[in-house]
Amino acid sequence: MEVEAAKYIAAGLAIGLGAIGPGIGEGIAASKALEAIGRNPEASGKITPLMFVAMAITESTAIYALVVTLIILFA
Amino acid sequence: MRLDISLAPETLFHIGSMAISNSFFWLMVVSVFLLVGTFFLNRSLKIRPGKIQNIVEMLLAGAYDFVETTVGDKKVARRAFPLVFTLFFFILFSNLMTFIPGQAAVTIKTADGVVPLFRAIIADYGLVFMMTMLSVLITQIVAIYVAGPFKYLGRFLNFTSPLNFFLGLMDLIGEVAKIMSLSFRLFGNIFAGEVLGAVMLFLFPFFLPLPFAFLGLLTAVVQAFVFAVLTLVFISMAATVTEAEAEGAK
Repeated sequence: MEVEAAKYIAAGLAIGLGAIGPGIGEGIAASKALEAIGRNPEASGKITPLMFVAMAITESTAIYALVVTLIILFA
Repeated sequence: MRLDISLAPETLFHIGSMAISNSFFWLMVVSVFLLVGTFFLNRSLKIRPGKIQNIVEMLLAGAYDFVETTVGDKKVARRAFPLVFTLFFFILFSNLMTFIPGQAAVTIKTADGVVPLFRAIIADYGLVFMMTMLSVLITQIVAIYVAGPFKYLGRFLNFTSPLNFFLGLMDLIGEVAKIMSLSFRLFGNIFAGEVLGAVMLFLFPFFLPLPFAFLGLLTAVVQAFVFAVLTLVFISMAATVTEAEAEGAK
């Protein structure tokens, strides 16, 4: 296999596999936050920023995968 | 398919042996703008606020209230607020500057070819790394100041039991991993936004990039917020003494 082709396949695999876990995790975070807001709408102001922070932390692994992908592709 | 995407910023010109990159140039422009703006706003402060002062005061008060509820300690909040809000505002402002239309078209001819004069500042890993180091170092300094140097070391080198020793080592790794996770999160998101915009513009100009521009706007605000809030959370965590340590002090 040529090196170029292997690079593209590696990049695709890296971000594709890396996005699975965070995708599920962020979905869970959002669903629970919405559930909580549904039960207690007054607390939405407190829940939403916390949800964003939690989601951003969940997202880190996807971002690592993304950085690796970008490095494979462009560096 | 040829897209002009590079991880490293392009060099514009050299001063002596120091290379001035386009992100450095743009950073200077943004910094001077912010400093001058703050200077004039500071000088025109009045007891009876005008329109702009009213808006700024409202925003600052809202941000301060948020910081206070997050930290839960008035003294810590008052000390951490300037740093955290500066980080937030700087990241947000420099992110929003990338949405000024037409700036990608401004290019300059250098020895290495034609390079764009502007570049998203946060999409340069050097600056993000420095900001992260600032936030992590301040967290460690706060932790040492609050707990005292020996207790601080005791958090990581705990010889009371094998399990505690292992957990202490894990804490040490966690502290180091903070540098990576904080910096890569901000850098990755903004840089990915730039790349996404470029690719979409390549695929179908004018219309396809629009929804992604909105997504980029959301990311710009949320990531600035997340970076500042995580710094705040780290600092407030470092500023509280854990129960076991408090008991040991008695």
